[in-house]
Amino acid sequence: MSIVTVQLGQCGNQVGQELFDVICKDARDGQKRGYSDASTARFFHETTTGDLTSRAVLIDMEPKVINHSMSKAAKSGRWRYGEKSHFSQKQGSGNNWANGYCVHGPRHREAMEDLVRREVERCDRLAGVVTMMSVAGGTGSGVGTYVTQCLREVYPNSFILNHLTWPYDSGEVIVQNYNSVLTLSHLYGLSDAILVHENDTVHRICAQLLNIKHISFGDVNRVIAHQLASVLQPALTTDSYGDYSRNPLGELVSSLACHPEYKLLSVCGIPQVASSSMAYSVFSWPGLLKHLRQMLISNTKMEEGIDWQVRAPPVHCGGAEWAHSFRTTGFNRSLANLLILRGKDVFSAEADGFQDAALYTSWLPPREAFSMWKSPVSFNQYEKSATLVSNSQTLLKPLDNMVRKAWNMFASRAYIHQYTKFGIAEEDFLDSFTSLEQVISSYTQLC
Amino acid sequence: MTQSIVVQVGQCGNQVGCRFWDLALREHAHVNKKGVYDEALGSFFRNVDSRYCHPWGQRSTCTLAVLVDMEEGVVNQIVQGPLRDLFDTTQLLTDVSGSGNNWAVGHMTYGSAYRDQIVEKVRRAAEHCDCLQCFFLIHSMGGGTGSGLGTRVLGLLEEEFPEVCRIVTSVYPSDEDDVITSPYNSVLAMRELTEHADCVLPVENQSLVEILTRVRLLSRAPGPGVKADLISSPGGGPEKPFDSMNNIIANLLLNLTSSARFEGCLNMDLNEISMNLVPFPRLHYLVPSLAPLYSLQADCSMAPRRPDQMFSDVFSKDHQLIRADPRRSLYLACALLGRGDLLLSDLRRNIHRLRSSLSFVSWNPEGWKTSLCSVAPVGHTHSLLALANNTCVKGTFSALRDRYARLYRKKAHLHHYLQEEGMELSLFSQASESLSSLIEEYDLLDRASSSCPHDAPRLQIAT
Repeated sequence: MSIVTVQLGQCGNQVGQELFDVICKDARDGQKRGYSDASTARFFHETTTGDLTSRAVLIDMEPKVINHSMSKAAKSGRWRYGEKSHFSQKQGSGNNWANGYCVHGPRHREAMEDLVRREVERCDRLAGVVTMMSVAGGTGSGVGTYVTQCLREVYPNSFILNHLTWPYDSGEVIVQNYNSVLTLSHLYGLSDAILVHENDTVHRICAQLLNIKHISFGDVNRVIAHQLASVLQPALTTDSYGDYSRNPLGELVSSLACHPEYKLLSVCGIPQVASSSMAYSVFSWPGLLKHLRQMLISNTKMEEGIDWQVRAPPVHCGGAEWAHSFRTTGFNRSLANLLILRGKDVFSAEADGFQDAALYTSWLPPREAFSMWKSPVSFNQYEKSATLVSNSQTLLKPLDNMVRKAWNMFASRAYIHQYTKFGIAEEDFLDSFTSLEQVISSYTQLC
Repeated sequence: MTQSIVVQVGQCGNQVGCRFWDLALREHAHVNKKGVYDEALGSFFRNVDSRYCHPWGQRSTCTLAVLVDMEEGVVNQIVQGPLRDLFDTTQLLTDVSGSGNNWAVGHMTYGSAYRDQIVEKVRRAAEHCDCLQCFFLIHSMGGGTGSGLGTRVLGLLEEEFPEVCRIVTSVYPSDEDDVITSPYNSVLAMRELTEHADCVLPVENQSLVEILTRVRLLSRAPGPGVKADLISSPGGGPEKPFDSMNNIIANLLLNLTSSARFEGCLNMDLNEISMNLVPFPRLHYLVPSLAPLYSLQADCSMAPRRPDQMFSDVFSKDHQLIRADPRRSLYLACALLGRGDLLLSDLRRNIHRLRSSLSFVSWNPEGWKTSLCSVAPVGHTHSLLALANNTCVKGTFSALRDRYARLYRKKAHLHHYLQEEGMELSLFSQASESLSSLIEEYDLLDRASSSCPHDAPRLQIAT
């Protein structure tokens, strides 16, 4: 089945380009024919001349980044973007969500919908749509929200996964918290699941695990693309009987986003080491999974500085007590987890540690809450690698921070005039704050 | 690619503008070696089809500019000087008699007389743009034409092009100014700026003089420097007295627009400036500071600054283009626009390093907007421009208000203003009230910051 990707704004278009690059490299290098065929059919269509063209739509309100991504793809020699699958304007949204959502979005609705429809019609079987964008700026967040809303209307039965890049805590854009709050609150009602990468976390991975001295956006984007590809590339589910071409978005959503109140997914991967130290590293499945499990329960987002003291609490305890002890013990409770294993001897790997009822809520037993995909094809230079997609309390703290900062700013009504200018009123802000406070409250009380 | 139009009004505005065009052309020539009209060039220049014979002969590019002055001197110098091919007569508007350092003459008398012509010329320039994003108005506050007619033009731009962003560079007079009525002119102009501009970049003459003195002192010290001929080729003709000062302002504008003109890994569009730096509509005065501080020749022999030094520089008192110390006042927001070989990690490291020495308003503790443009200014490997929305700007305004009050108390020179048609005494009091309330708004923020910051009580969700 095929996935149509919609890349929006500067961030979306840069990450998207890296993603297809990773996928294309991986699919070609893959030894297994079935794997690479499934991956190709999922993300590319072949032109009559046999060139791979990505099933992607590029949208931005200024042309620079799109041109850059398209020429970078063409230069790779392995794949390209469709000649006509892009839409750009001359003037950006100026970091203003309202400008993107209320002005640019509606003005170009038809053109953008047409592009997506063309890609959808090229698919034999559509698995769904992945939109990629940041929440901080104006175009990715504002136009991205609007486009998601349109897609939801036009394809009411298709899966929509929003991939969001959350900005650095200390910002790139001053109004990023407003833009983020508006984006998240709107997407929460539209999307099937929201997959989040935090720039801060990825930056730390680049610095501490990959030993990159001068970290550029390219480095950050590559890490995001690798993690995302490790989720979206073909894998065998428990009931797929050796057949790769299942519906990855449907499987992902059904195993992770089982309740409309809980849609925030985070990703972490293991191992992540600098290529210079690869030669000295040996990985075993029990070792990798032990680390990954502790990363999950202690809410550590990368394989360094893991707090081994954190333990899962005994099963079946009272609700309010645990909401409280989350703060004191640092235990991160999951609603659902998806473990994806790729590489050598993958079928011998045991993931019992993740099937522990203590990790999950009392109302969703581990056999429902935990799923595992496997693929014997190794991914991204690692002989063995594991990726965990998790619907847990991990994103609670960054989300709470985001809302707190935006709320403080809102209390002084700072920058509000920039939004009312384009038709977003104070009440709209209040609605958004209310719905996100609801999300925060739900995740806080997960038990 | 978007375009911007420069509107330069009055003697000062036109002199600064002239330096801007000279340096902009040099910058593009340096990057674009083939001399082919490209997109980057297209943001301030338009391509002229040379197949159709032009009365002035061979020309290929023309500026997107409107030159307005009520005297002929400066504009004539420009159109007869080495840059003459960049302008054509339809872009110029001059009169012969000047405004006599009288805001009312510029704003009221000339403003009404030339209204239609100004609008026509701006519209003509706008017709050459396929996506007009921004107006850059350059003027001075002290004189008659720049402050009076300049602010009138600002109002006309708002009326005719309400959706196009207006960024104003205003040169404030020094305390010992030879124009006796400059406090009147400045205060009257201030009200217009507060009400009609999207962003104002205030620059003080005195500050430029002090910067140049320092640069000259430093440049005597021997050291490895950048190649002088790159920056000071004879393109602009012989150096005129204010050229070094004006170069600083021209460089400010070049750095401000670099990210809109060239590629970079962290682009900043011009409309992002006001979006990020202006939390309240009236508080749109952004204090600029530059590093390195280049003028034409003076600092060519100075050693290039290391990136970290440059970051410290733009926050120091000595590098501000107005006489104020942002480190001792409150930041509402701050933009850092880097150019050249600066990296994302340089930005983040330095913000982290400097953050604790700066005070930010409680609801915007991380009020940073950053951008990186890969093309460095000619002759340098990197440069940095900081724009600070900082309460320190009120010092300049209070000084102005005091000088105004001294003059107004004696009603000195008032009759020169009141005899112009359309000018009323109430305009004076309204202007001074507008200025006072602006200062008061900055004061309020300063006072609020001294009380200890706390989070606003959050919305409660019923569970």
